[in-house]
Parts: sequence; C-alpha cells; structure tokens
Amino acid sequence: MTPQLSRTFFEKVWQDHVIKSLDHESDLLQIDRLVLHELSGSQALRALEEAGREPVCRKQIFTVIEHLISTQPGRGPCDSVSTSGPIMIQTTRDASKKWGINFIDYDDPRQGIAHVVAPELGIAFPGATLVCCDSHTSTIGGVGALAWGIGASEAEHVLATQTLAQAKPKTMRVNFEGQLQSGVFAKDMILALIGKIGAQGGIGYATEYAGQAVKDLSVEGRLTLCNMSIEFSCKYGFVPPDEKTFQYLEGAEFSPKGDAWDRAVAYWRTLPSDPGAQFDKEVTINCDALEPQVTWGISPQQVGAIHADIPAPISATDTEAKALGERALSYMRLEAQTPILGVPIDVAYIGSCTNARLSDLRAAAAVLKGRKVKQGILAICVPGSTAVKRAAEAEGIDRVFIDAGFEWHESACGFCGHIGDNRFANLRVISTTNRNFESRQGPQTRTHLASPATVAASAVMGHIADARELI
Amino acid sequence: MEALKSVSGIAAPFMRINIDTDQIIPALFLGGTDAKGYGAHLFHGWRFLPDGSPNPDFILNQAPYDQSQILLADRNFGCGSSRERAPKALREFGIRAIIAPSFGGIFFNNCYRNGLVPVELPIEVVRELVDEVSSTKGSGLISVDLEALCVTSPSGKRFSFSAPPALREMLLNGMDEIALTLSQSPQIDAFRKIDAQKRPWAY
Repeated sequence: MTPQLSRTFFEKVWQDHVIKSLDHESDLLQIDRLVLHELSGSQALRALEEAGREPVCRKQIFTVIEHLISTQPGRGPCDSVSTSGPIMIQTTRDASKKWGINFIDYDDPRQGIAHVVAPELGIAFPGATLVCCDSHTSTIGGVGALAWGIGASEAEHVLATQTLAQAKPKTMRVNFEGQLQSGVFAKDMILALIGKIGAQGGIGYATEYAGQAVKDLSVEGRLTLCNMSIEFSCKYGFVPPDEKTFQYLEGAEFSPKGDAWDRAVAYWRTLPSDPGAQFDKEVTINCDALEPQVTWGISPQQVGAIHADIPAPISATDTEAKALGERALSYMRLEAQTPILGVPIDVAYIGSCTNARLSDLRAAAAVLKGRKVKQGILAICVPGSTAVKRAAEAEGIDRVFIDAGFEWHESACGFCGHIGDNRFANLRVISTTNRNFESRQGPQTRTHLASPATVAASAVMGHIADARELI
Repeated sequence: MEALKSVSGIAAPFMRINIDTDQIIPALFLGGTDAKGYGAHLFHGWRFLPDGSPNPDFILNQAPYDQSQILLADRNFGCGSSRERAPKALREFGIRAIIAPSFGGIFFNNCYRNGLVPVELPIEVVRELVDEVSSTKGSGLISVDLEALCVTSPSGKRFSFSAPPALREMLLNGMDEIALTLSQSPQIDAFRKIDAQKRPWAY
C-alpha cells in the first residue's frame, strides 16, 4: 500500500476495515454492524438457516421490525397490510430469538425505522462499517459511519462471516457552501444536488458532504442529506464526525461509556478528511439562494425550485433523456412550462427514514399550528421511531397534527412504499419520502417529494405551497 | 450458486433511463421468504394491464422478445431499492445478461449472486446493438461471453467489457461465496483480534 500523507475520511475508514485485497478493485471488509428488517432480512435469515449455517458475531447484528408492520394504533405483533407480512415478521422474530441477535420488536419502546433507530441508539458510530438490506442505509453516514445498502445474499454472507467483499468506490466531495435561508432544509439541499448532477451522478462513488451549510446542519439534518445519496445512485454518503456527532451519540444505549467513550471519541477525531486530501470529483452548491425544492416527475432528478416552472423535455441528441421527461409529464399528468406551485394535491404524507425525525415533525408542526388541513385532503403522519413519536407527544406535537386534521400513526416504514394498502391509489401525494418512482406509493400514485414544511403547507392550502408564506 | 460462462440469445431493446427496481418488481410482490416465485411479477406495472391481462404494447409480451435472454437498457438500470428479488425475477423470466451504460450499484452486485451478468458498455455501443437487433426484428442474436469478456452483435461486431475479477470468477464457476470466505477464517480471525484492540467499541 502506498503511504498517503493526506487521506479522505472515506480512505481512512475503508483502510481500517480491509482484511485482505481480493483483486485490484475489491477488498474483503470487516463489517462492524449488520442491521436487518423483516422484508429483506427475513430472506437472508432463512437462506442462512437452510444452508445449515449460523451467525458468527451475534453481538454485532441487530434486527428491527419496521417495514411491513402495521402503523395503526393498537397494532398486534404480526399485523400488516401486506399479505405475507405476518410470515416475514414472525420469521425474523423467531430467527432473532433463536440466534440471540439484538432484536427490537414491534412493541419495544426503541422500535422504529432501522435508519432512524440505528443512530438514535448508538448502534451506528463514526468510522463504523454498517450494512443493511436496504438502499437507504446511506442515511447512517449522517453520524460519520460508512454505511450502505446490500442485497439479501450479501447479508447472508455477513451473517455467516461478518465480512463482505466490495469494490472500492471513487470519492466525491459535495461542498454545500453558504447558509440556508429560513424555511429551507436539508431535504432541499439534497434534492437540489440530485437535480444538478442527475440520478446517475453518483454511480461508482462514495460521497462526502462538506461545506458551511453541512457544518451548520443538525445531525438529524445530516441524516436526511445522507439518506438520499442512493437517489443519485451513490451507495455511500457521509458527513465526517464532529462535536455535534459526539454530542448526539453520547449516552445512547449502545454507545461506549466512560473511559471507552473517551478513547472512542479520541479515535473518531482522527477520521475527518485531512487538509489537502484529494477527491476524484468535486461538486459545489451555494445554499445562500437555495429555494425549497419539489419534484415534478418520476425520478428524483426531475426536481426544481418551488417557484420555477416545470421544464419542457428537451434534448437535441439524447432521445432517451427526452423520452424520460415526456414519460414523467404523462404519468404525472402535468404540463411543461406551467408552475409547480399551486398544483392541487389529494394526500399529504409525512414519514419515512428521510424526514420523520423530531426536527422534521417540529418543522411541520410550526406550519400546522392553529391551522387546518384543507377539506378533502388526506393527511397522515407516521413518526420515524417510537422514541420520536413519544418525544413529539411529550411536546404536544401530536395534538397540533391531530387538531389540524392529520392521522397520527405508530412508527414504521408506512406509506413510503406500496405493500398492500391502496389508500393512495390514483392520487397525487406530496410526501416527505425519498422516491417518486411510478406507483411507488400505490397503483398509479403520483408522488411529489418535498420537505416536511412544504408538505405541511401544501396540506393546509390543498395544493403545492411555499411554507415560507405561512411561517 | 448458479454459474454463467456465456449466453447467446434474443435481446430485447428496452431503452429507458433509470429503470428502478420498484419497476422491475413492485414491493407488493416481494412477499414471503422463499428464494423463488418472483418471475411472474417481473415489470408488473408495465407488463400487465390493470385487469391483469398482458399488455400487448410491452416488449417482453411480444414475440420473439418474450423469449429474451438478454436485455438492452439505458443508463442507471436497477437503481433504487436493494431488493434482491429484482435480479431473481429477471432470472426466473429467463434473462441471463443485461447490457447497459451503467447500473445501480446494489443491483449490480445482486446480479452476480443470481446467475446474471450486468455488462457495462458505452451508450453509443448499446444504441448500435439496439439498431442491429431492431433491424432484424429481434431475430438477430447477441452473445455475451463472460469468460472472454466480450459481447458479439448479430452482425459479428465484437465489443469487450470489463467485470470485477472476483465476482466474475465466482459467477463463472458458480462458487459458494460464503464457503470461499470461511476458508479464509484464520486471516479474518487474526484481523479481528488486532482490530478489537484498536477499536474495542466496534466489537
């Protein structure tokens, strides 16, 4: 290995975990944490058992019930809108108990969406390699971990060996310079980035988020930012750890304690990229004039400022790119060169690993307080974790939501992906989630992605609205 | 694991950008813990009409493309969700190779573990392959040779591609990746022992 004077955060963490080189582009990596949920994790657990193998490092493995479990108040242990939900939940539960894996069940006060829970509980930590059968595992990069989504076969490999073979990605740094204006959030930053570099912009890269606007973000905001790395096809996104990260993790259930904490923090302080470290690609976005963003199409790259018009599909040479724009307008039933502001909506949804943490619910509540959801609009809030839900209830935020006309649910992945509940079928939804793909939230559902404040404002107005005009 | 050395067959031109794994197999059909049973739902929202009958306009419902073993697709194929049922559904349908300018990274890895090879070729080359296939109304076969790292067009033009060596070796020989790693246990254990002293909080 060539000694390097200046290394990036990514290079330090990757090198820390290389057990052996497999070929010129791939390494066998030590995996510090494996998190599984009942949708994909149950497949990995069953495959492992059928192969006659066992998990080797049970203390480093966590299972959470969150993808298929019902969000209805009073839910039972296997309640699910998915017909196969009960078997997948029970398989995960049984395997977790049999193997002695750290298990967080549906009624555990620590329960919630894996990517919300892992940082909350200190399962994730700076410099960790953390994998989960879920593409939004990149979220966990918000606490300075190297975290990425894997397939069920890769998870089976981690269960059996606590290692994973991976090709080493190139590095990208995205510099969010300047300062966010009031009413503009981490969600708007990441949507603007995807709009700029496209849904393919991150293929083969690991992305470090840097710059003053990232330094200024809360850890929760950083988790939102990293969450949508996969929406520009970047498996890994992260914010190297700083004092905010340590403050966020200190005292969490699985964080080290006492001397062990001090030793860990001393090590974590060495992880941020060295001055002069080189990245394969650099992108800069100025946040001073950044506007709230909202998607108008069927890919997160089809996004614009809330006061901008929907662009016309144009391309002189790239017919497929033009077709993508045309398909989006047709599916979304929108016209080019018309404003996105004011488009009538049917549903307002606040939830998911992207934007359902306490700060997200507070931002929405600031808009909803003393107001009512427009008549005829279905409005639903599914908190990101049971801890978030309880903290919100302690602040009275649940009352703000309920009084405004929102449904207030138990925590789970809920309506982010369509697993059987057809309440959003054929409807136009403004959503704090991460994917506006065709039928992602239901059959022929048309999804617009936006921040919690924008979703709350749109719920009140009955159409896509700028929250800054209400706060 | 299923091996793949080469495949020669009908190739369906499906030139859309950002075909995500939600389209390849919607979440509604991910149910169960079985390893199989997903091919029937491949591209469900596009392949079937709301009443459940096959959509005659969808390419994989049209002869000869209903017998396709290869897909020709555009940029970022398999982006989005990590669901491994996406390559499983493609494989069950009969697809053994996907040729596209780029792939979602998680999907790319999942293909190798399900008997499918993702082949990256420049967009201009993929368009050329589409043109050749279309001009023969699909009867012109494409071959993908993972051993020789070469794609051959219906007219005999050859295009070389690269594949990650370890994954290629695994797919060529249908190796059990876990058994292979477990055979390295002494080295893994030695690493973990040293690492646990350096980063005890990780263990």
